[in-house]
Amino acid sequence: MGLSDLFSASVLIGIATSGIRLATSYLYAAIGETFSQRSGVLNLGVDGIMLLGAFGSYYVVLTTGSQGLALAAALLIGMILGLFMAFVSVTLKAEQGISGIGLYLFGFGMSDLLYQKLVGTPRPIAGFPKLPIPLLSDIPVIGPILFQHNLLTYGAFLLVPVAAFILNKTTLGLQIRAVGQNPEAADSLGISVTRIRYMTVIAGSTLAGIAGASLSIALLNIFQQNLTNGQGFIAVALVYFGAWRPTGVLAGALLYGLIAALVLAGNTLGLIPRSVSDIAAMMPAIITILALVVTVSRVREPAALTKPYGRGE
Amino acid sequence: MSSQPVIKSRLEGVLLRLLPLFAVLLAFLVGAVMLFALGANPLTAYLALLNGAFGSVNALAETTVKAIPLLLVGIGITISFRAKVINIGGEGQMVVGALAATAVALAFPDLPPIAMIPLTLLAGFVTGGLYGALPGALKAYFQVNEILSTIMLNIVAVQAMNFLLRGIMIDPQQAELGARIPQTMRLPASADLPILIRGTRLHAGVLIALLAAVAVYILLWRTTLGYRIRAVGLNPDASRYAGIHVKRYVVLALTLSGAFAGLAGAILVFGSESHRMVTDGSTTGFTGSAGFNGIVAALFGGLHPIGTIPASFLFGALLVGANKLQRVAQVPSALITALNGLVVVFVVSIENWRNRRVAARIAARISVDSEPDALLESSDTAGATTLGTK
Repeated sequence: MGLSDLFSASVLIGIATSGIRLATSYLYAAIGETFSQRSGVLNLGVDGIMLLGAFGSYYVVLTTGSQGLALAAALLIGMILGLFMAFVSVTLKAEQGISGIGLYLFGFGMSDLLYQKLVGTPRPIAGFPKLPIPLLSDIPVIGPILFQHNLLTYGAFLLVPVAAFILNKTTLGLQIRAVGQNPEAADSLGISVTRIRYMTVIAGSTLAGIAGASLSIALLNIFQQNLTNGQGFIAVALVYFGAWRPTGVLAGALLYGLIAALVLAGNTLGLIPRSVSDIAAMMPAIITILALVVTVSRVREPAALTKPYGRGE
Repeated sequence: MSSQPVIKSRLEGVLLRLLPLFAVLLAFLVGAVMLFALGANPLTAYLALLNGAFGSVNALAETTVKAIPLLLVGIGITISFRAKVINIGGEGQMVVGALAATAVALAFPDLPPIAMIPLTLLAGFVTGGLYGALPGALKAYFQVNEILSTIMLNIVAVQAMNFLLRGIMIDPQQAELGARIPQTMRLPASADLPILIRGTRLHAGVLIALLAAVAVYILLWRTTLGYRIRAVGLNPDASRYAGIHVKRYVVLALTLSGAFAGLAGAILVFGSESHRMVTDGSTTGFTGSAGFNGIVAALFGGLHPIGTIPASFLFGALLVGANKLQRVAQVPSALITALNGLVVVFVVSIENWRNRRVAARIAARISVDSEPDALLESSDTAGATTLGTK
C-alpha cells in the first residue's frame, strides 16, 4: 500500500467522521420541525431559537462550567420560545410564515445583544468531550466514523428511530398526523387539535434549542453573532426534502453534513482555491433549492400545513 | 339608531386602524423590561433613542437616509404580499442589485452623471427583479415554497458578493496591500447621488423612494395590472375563473418585489458615505438587515405603499436612534433588531383578531344602514390582512 493511499484513506475517514458530526445540529432542528409540520404548523423561527439556545448554553458553560446545566438551559429556552410560537400560531392563528420570521429576527437580535452585553469578545469554552464507545470504537474504519463522537451527536442519531417510532407506531403519532392532514376530522373524533399542536411546536422548538447548543457547546465551542448562519432555515427545508419522514430527514442531514465536511476538507487541504471557496459555500443553498424542486413534485405536504384551525371556520 | 353607538363604533374603527401602533408599544414595553434586566434605565435609554433619531437636523437627515432602503424594500414587499407571495429574499435581492449597479459604474467610469445615475439604478432594479423572478417562477411552475427558496437565494447572494468583492471587483489598493477587505474602490463620482442638504448625508435617493411609493400605489390601485395582482392574492381560484393567468402574476409580483429591493441596494451603494460597495463578509454587513426590516415597515404600514412611508421613517428612526442608545446606555443596538422581530410577531398576531372585528363591523353596518362605503372598506382591508403561505 502506497503512502498516498494511506493518506487518502485517512482523509476519507476524517471527512465521513466530520460529516456525521456536522449533521448533528441539522438533525435536532429538522426532526423537531418534522413534528411541528406533521401537525400542520410551519415553524420558521427555528434559526432564531437555535441562536438563543446556542447563546444560552454557551453562557452557562462560560459562567458555571457545567455542561449538564447548559443543556438544561437550551432545553428551557427552546420550550419557552416554543410555547410563545404555539400561542402565536395556534391560539392567535397568526400567519405562520411571517410570525416565524419575526421570531427569527427576535432570536437573531436578542442573542447578539446578550452576547455583546454579557461576553463581548470571543471566549472559547471546553466543549462536550468525545465519548468513544468501548469495543465498537476499535473497529477499523467504522469505529472512528461512527463510534467516537460526543454525547449530543449520539443523541441526534438515536432521535431518528425514536421520532419515526412515535410518528408511525403510536397513538400520539397517529393523532399528530391526523391533525396535520385533516384537523376537522380529528376534532370530530375528539382529538384536541390545539393540544396536539402545542405539544409538537413546543417539542420541536425544544429540539431547536438543543440544535443550537450542539453547535455552541459541542462542535464550535464558541459563540458569535449569527453563529448558525442560516442552519435553522436549511433544517426547515430538510423537512420538505425528507418528505416529512424522520428517515428522509436523516438522509438529508447526512448529505448536508458530508457536503460541509467536503468543503471544509477541500479548504484546509488547499484543494479548493481560496478564490472559489465562496462559491463552494453556496452549494448547500443551491442544493436545497434543487432538492425542493425535485421533492415537491414527488410528495405531498401535510394537507393542513400553515392553516390555522378553528371550529366552524 | 341613537348617536351613542355611532360614536362608539367610530371610535372602535379608529382604534382598529391604530392597532399596529399598539404592537410597537407592546414591543417597547418588552424592550423596557429587557433594558431594566440589563441594568439600564429604560427611560434614559428611550430618551437617548429619540434624541438620536430626531434631536438635530443631522439626526433627522440620518433617519431619512436609513428609511430609504426600508421604504423601497417595503413597497416591494407590499406588492408581493398583496399577491399572497411571501418574499423573504429582500436581503439577497438588495445584494445582487447593488452588485450589478456597482459593476456598471466600474465598467463605464467616464459616463456623465445624467447617464450614469439612471443606468446604475436601472441595473440594480432589473437585476433585483430577475433575482425575484427566479423564486417566482419556481413557485408558479414547480410549486417550490417561496419562503424557503428566497431564504436560500439570500445565502447564494451573500456568497456571490463575497466572491466578487474579494475577487474581480476588489479595490486594487486593498489587493496590493494584501488586506483583502471585501470592498470596491471609491466608485466614479459621476454615480454619486446628489446631496440635498449640505452638511448632511441626505441624498436624492429619498426622492426616488417617495416617487416609487406613489408609483406603486397607482400601480396597485389605479391600474388593471395592480387590480389583478391583488385579485390573485385575495382569491386565486376566482381569479383563474375570471381569466387571469395566476402563475404569471405570481412571477410578476415577485419580480417587482425583487426589483424594488434591487433598487434599494443600488441606492445604498451610491448614497453611502464611502461611495464604495463594502461588506464584512455577511449580508447584514452590506444591507444592515434592510431586507428584513423592510418587511417590518411594510406590515406596519398596513401593506399599503403610502402607509409604508411613515412606517419606514419610524423604523429608520429606531435604527439611527439605536446608535445613540448604544453610546448613552451601553446597550448594543441589536436590541432594535430583537424588538423589530417582536413587532412583526405582534402585528401578525393581532391581525386575525382585527379581521374578525372588521368583518363583524361591516356585517353590522350593512344590516343596519347599508352605507355604501362599508363595501369599500371591506375590499380595502381584506387584502392587507389575509396572508397565506401558498
